[in-house]
Order: sequence, then C-alpha cells, then structure tokens
Amino acid sequence: MLDSIVQYSPQLLQGLWVTLAVAAGSFACGLAMALFLAPVGHYGPPVLRRLVAGYVGLIRGLPELLIIFLVFYGGTVLLTRMRGAYFEVDALSAGIASLSVVSAAYCTEILRGALAGIARGQWEAAIALGLTHLSAFTKVISPQMVMRALPGLGNQWLVILKESALVSIVGLEELMRKSVVAAGATHQPLAFYLTAAVLYVLVTGISSLAINLISARLDPNSTR
Amino acid sequence: MSFDLLLPAFSAILSGLFLTLLITICGFALGQAIALPVALALVSTRVWLSVPAAFYTFVVRGSPLLIQLFIIYYGLGQLEFIRESFLWPVLRSAVYCAILAIALNSAAYSARVVAGAIRQLHKGQFEAGHALGLTDHAILSKVVLPQVYRVVLPAIGNELVLVMKASTLASAVTVIEMTGAARLFVARTYAPFEAFLIAGILYLVFGALFGWTFKIIEARVAIPGR
Repeated sequence: MLDSIVQYSPQLLQGLWVTLAVAAGSFACGLAMALFLAPVGHYGPPVLRRLVAGYVGLIRGLPELLIIFLVFYGGTVLLTRMRGAYFEVDALSAGIASLSVVSAAYCTEILRGALAGIARGQWEAAIALGLTHLSAFTKVISPQMVMRALPGLGNQWLVILKESALVSIVGLEELMRKSVVAAGATHQPLAFYLTAAVLYVLVTGISSLAINLISARLDPNSTR
Repeated sequence: MSFDLLLPAFSAILSGLFLTLLITICGFALGQAIALPVALALVSTRVWLSVPAAFYTFVVRGSPLLIQLFIIYYGLGQLEFIRESFLWPVLRSAVYCAILAIALNSAAYSARVVAGAIRQLHKGQFEAGHALGLTDHAILSKVVLPQVYRVVLPAIGNELVLVMKASTLASAVTVIEMTGAARLFVARTYAPFEAFLIAGILYLVFGALFGWTFKIIEARVAIPGR
C-alpha cells in the first residue's frame, strides 16, 4: 500500500499544485470582481445595488456543481457555435471561470458587510479634511474594509480550496482527479482518498494558521 | 436556447427531484442528530470527549465533501470486514452513502455552530439550574438546549440549503438526482442551457421554500417580547 502511494506521489503532488493554482486563481479573480462589485452594491444607485444583490442571491442559491457544469458544457456549446467547429472548453479555464463567479458573489457579500460596518463619520471626516471621494475610499475606507473582511475572506479561501475538488468531475487533473486515477490503477481507493484528504487537511490547516497570523497583525488593538 | 427542449428537459430533471429531496432531508436530519452529541463533546470539560470531537470537526471541515463521499463509497468497500459486516447493505448503496457522507459533513459544521452557542450561554444559567436542584440532564434539555436552538435556528436553516446544494455531489457516485439527470439530458440532447437553467430554477425554488419554512418555525418558537 505504501509502495503504491510512494510510486504515485509525484502525480499527487502535481495534482496538489493544480489544486492550489485553481483555488488561488479563482479566489484572486473573485476578489478582484468583488472589490468592484461591493462598493457599487453598497454606495451605487438603487438599480445597481439591486442588481448586485440579485447576483449574490442567485449564485448563493445555486449548487456550485451546477455552475461548473453550466460553464463547462454551456461554454463548449457556445464556443462551438461561434467558431462553427467543435471546440471543447478545457477543464482548467472552466474551473477557474466558474469558481471565480462563485467566489465573486461570496466575497462581494463579505466586503459589503464590512463596508456597512464602517461608521459614516469616517467618510465625513475624510471629506472634511479635503480628500477626494476616490482617495477617501482608497486611503481611509478600504483599509478598514479589508481589516473587517479578513476573517470572512480567509474562510472563503478555505471554501474555494475545498470546492476546487468539484472541478475534477469535469476532468481537471487536480489532486482529487489524480487520486481517482491512482485509486483506479492500483485498486486501492481507500489509501489514495485518505492520502488526498490528508493533503487537503494540511493545506487548509496551514492556511488557517496563516490567516490567524495576518488577522492578528492587522488588528489595531493587538500589541504589535 | 430552444423552447421545444424545455418541456422534455423539465420532465427529465423532475425525475431526479425525489432523490434530491430524499438525500437533502435525510442527510440534514441525520446530520443534525449527529451534530448535537458532537457539540456537547466539543464543550465538554472531559478531554477524552473534547479532543476527538475537535479532531473530527477539524478533519471534516478541512477536506472536500467529494473526497469524504469517495472514501465512504469507494474506499470502505475495499475492506474485508466492512463487506462482511451488517453495514454492507447500507454502504453498498450509492444513495445511502451520499446521505451518510453529507450527514457526517454537515454534522461537523453544525456541531461547531451549536457548540459556539452553548459557550455563549451565560454561566448563571447553569448555576441557577443547579441551585434549583435540576439534574444535569434536566438542565441540558429544559434550560440549555431550548435557548441554544432558538439562537442557532437561522444557521440551521442555512445549513439545510447548504445540504441541498451538497446533494448534487451524489451525481458523482452514480446517483441520478436532479443535477445527474440534467447532465444525462445534456449528454443526450446537447442542450446544456435548457437543462441547467431548469435545474437551477428548481434549486432556487426549493432553497426559497426551505428558507420560508425556517422563517415560519423561527416566528413560532420565538419568545414574545424578546
């Protein structure tokens, strides 16, 4: 049993690398979208506010797997029609695209909640000091927003890390898929799925330690 | 989008609705049933209870549900003693495995929520119960849990929607619930938008239904004036 795990360990580690890349890519894309959507959803005109809230509500109500299937199969059909010849979306782009859409919605909600918690006086004081609206947001509001949102964002990173396993169902060669292949080839599913689970737990465990450290450092009430 | 395909897609996906609801409701109920003892173990002062419970929630919350499902469905069948045990008829079935995996997963998340609510409870509640001569069991069932469950009810309602979304993973172990049925329909007709649109609407409708149900329960059990 150990022999086969050792034999497949380069494969598993390569899969782990893809898992990290997909999770980091979609988290970064989702966060970038949310950094735009959250202020619009909080300060924007009522129509845009309702649109952002609708987007967040829609994505939160849909199963992630369904969104992955929609992007993967839907993207293939769309691109095939546009090109006039069969074109299959690769699992990596489909995975990053769908998980970005999902994490954008959750990150928007987290950042919007953080914005709602910042007192109006912060804006008024910044404007009274002669800052423009843009610099008031970037220099005064957004640092407070990020600090308040950090626990939620950290949690969202862990969620995306675990959700990236779903992309294996459409064939992306990440950690989950690699362990399925190894389990099939060696007829030792238990050993490989447990190994993969341990790797996931290691990554999420290290991530939460790092998140706690960063939160403690950014907290203005901490001693350092 | 072709409107001719909407009706066939609807009837194909509707055939998976029963399994989706079965897995959702059974997984949720079993999960909540497991969550309570795990939560009590988490807040226990006895180390031999709290440490295993903390380990359980850490491992389950730290790994993807999909891999937990695969460990239970594909992994456990590899062991001889499992195949010869009385559990095998249950563990051989993909539907039961999906329910079990989802329940064990949901239990870990819910247990943390319930344990958090128990820790938030004022110490005086326990002291007053003891002073009135209540047994530990009576304090738990008559004083602690009624307050704890009122507090965590919104989180539990949310958990039911999360469990419904998690039930889609059963399609990865051959169960043809709604998402599996939609995917089969796509393979047959090559019409992804029609199929996934209808499945998505059904998930949203049932999510809203579950949300309303819990709103009504919350209003029913709320203590007037608080």
